[in-house]
Amino acid sequence: MADIIHIIQTKYYYLVVIFLMMIGLYATISSRNLIKKVIGINIFQISVFLFYIAMSKVKHGTAPILWDKSHVYDNPLPHVLILTAIVVSVSTTAVALALIINIHKEYGTIEEDMILEKQKLDIDRSNTA
Amino acid sequence: MKFIQELPVLIIVIPLIFALIIPLTGRLNRLIPWIIASTITFFCFLISISLLMTVLDTGRISYWLGGWEPPWGIEYAIDYLNAFVLVVVSFIAFIVSLYSKKSVEMEIDEDKTSTFYSVYMLFITGLMGIVITGDIFNIYVFLEISSLAGYALIAIGKKREALVASYNYLILGTIAATFILIGIGYIYMATGTLNIADLQERLPALFHSKMVLVALAFFTVGLSLKLALFPLHAWLPGAYTHAPSVVSCIMAATATKVGVYAMLRIIFGVFRIEFDIHFIPIANILIVVSSIAIIAGSAIAITQTNLKRMLAYSSVGQIGYIVLGAVLANQLAMTGSIIHILNHALMKGALFMVVGCIVYKTGIEDISGLRGMGKKMPFTMGVFTVAGLSMMGVPLTVGFVSKWYIAVGALHAGMWYLIPVIITGSLLAAVYVWRIIVNIYFPDELPEQALQYTDGGTEITDHESQYSEAPWIMLGPTMALAALCIYFGISATAPLYVAEKAAVMLLQ
Repeated sequence: MADIIHIIQTKYYYLVVIFLMMIGLYATISSRNLIKKVIGINIFQISVFLFYIAMSKVKHGTAPILWDKSHVYDNPLPHVLILTAIVVSVSTTAVALALIINIHKEYGTIEEDMILEKQKLDIDRSNTA
Repeated sequence: MKFIQELPVLIIVIPLIFALIIPLTGRLNRLIPWIIASTITFFCFLISISLLMTVLDTGRISYWLGGWEPPWGIEYAIDYLNAFVLVVVSFIAFIVSLYSKKSVEMEIDEDKTSTFYSVYMLFITGLMGIVITGDIFNIYVFLEISSLAGYALIAIGKKREALVASYNYLILGTIAATFILIGIGYIYMATGTLNIADLQERLPALFHSKMVLVALAFFTVGLSLKLALFPLHAWLPGAYTHAPSVVSCIMAATATKVGVYAMLRIIFGVFRIEFDIHFIPIANILIVVSSIAIIAGSAIAITQTNLKRMLAYSSVGQIGYIVLGAVLANQLAMTGSIIHILNHALMKGALFMVVGCIVYKTGIEDISGLRGMGKKMPFTMGVFTVAGLSMMGVPLTVGFVSKWYIAVGALHAGMWYLIPVIITGSLLAAVYVWRIIVNIYFPDELPEQALQYTDGGTEITDHESQYSEAPWIMLGPTMALAALCIYFGISATAPLYVAEKAAVMLLQ
């Protein structure tokens, strides 16, 4: 028990990351609305960004700039990696939203169940024709 | 001389630049994007051949991006394994882009043609980037470049189902890529480096650490999703079925192969084989999973009525073979697995090209619609037969070579019980391929039930027994792949030589 409290006190930022990650994954898997799925994916990705940022923090560290008052720096590399990952995340979201717009144009809905129903209708129609 | 040294980066930069130039030229003439795409992929093929030769002559090539010394700078590292995969990817990319002209004209809107070739080049850039890089974060970035291009390629066709298939692939693909990103995070936390060669040196000291275990778990799940290993293959059939034929062709032949490469590189290159065996039974887990993949993929393929969907499920089975060979972790099975990357690219490429030809001439995607096609399109169906036999693993075709190596490797590993799995997979492949071959060549011997058409059933009579072959620009590349299926089946020395060296390198 004391262990767990100690972990919560010292590593709380990782708990936040895990919490967000689970929210994101759950939203992606469980929601039937295409936009909500994209939101879930975004939360999931952002939790990973926070994970990288949390691990780069050094106690009493500052930004890695030459400065008289401090010689302890945070690790800048994960920040740079995450800049790249954010770009990737933004473009994934853009592609997903573009797809959703087109799906809405074609099917008139963005609810997964409705789309599946319409797809079944398509198949039936082509079978009977 | 200077130019030769810059080849590793040029193979990435040239298609990347032309991906941006192609949409500009598309306005001038519809043919120009196709010509540029074919020329550039041909250049990439030449470069990759030259890189392979250099690797065979002098060993590992290490290219420092911007002149920064690794492990600080990004390194492009080329050894036997990735030179081999690079040749496969660029060759298939070249053949498919040659083939694509007519098929794209028919299956993709005219105003999207130049966009198609632009995204195609991005896709190729991403795949080659994953293969060539020696930096683990770069693998993630290139993986996302190729995946994003892949989502767009699937959705570019005229079918509305393609949009939903592409969306599902996007969700699963993004989860997979994010898992890989978490894995990279853990491994960076443990070692403080991202360079693959450097990681390989530093990790053994940390093998007892939980962080490394978690990293491997995330990598394995993420990569399995990307390469569609059996329980995680849900995105693949929809994506391959509804995408335009050219896209199914390039994705089936290269994208999953590059996924397999990434898995080999990370499980055997970054983590070493001792770790996989002594610290966590990942190899055993993957042996079970891939055996199920071989049987289940082939069995589900038998039940399909749509030709493309059948080939997609057969891909799931064949990926099982590649992974099985790799995780047996002895030299013979690993050689079989690596050479199956080439062989499966050749045969699945040829099969999907045949489907493209059929769709171009008749618009039929249903298996029952193929009745009597042997008289109508003899060359196309000849290619189908060769590639189909190869899929079964008949001797004198490429499928036999790799399955033989994997089977002998399984015996060497003392796992005789895997032999029935490998043979059952082949027999099931025989069932689904033979079902079509009978339909093509012997339509009269089928019961009435099998001749029922599901796609309208109106123009059945007029495509029987009339000779109407696909245009040569489609037929040529298709037949070239079929010829290679036989050539490498009879004399497999050249690819085997490279694959053996790659296997030895991975397992040392």
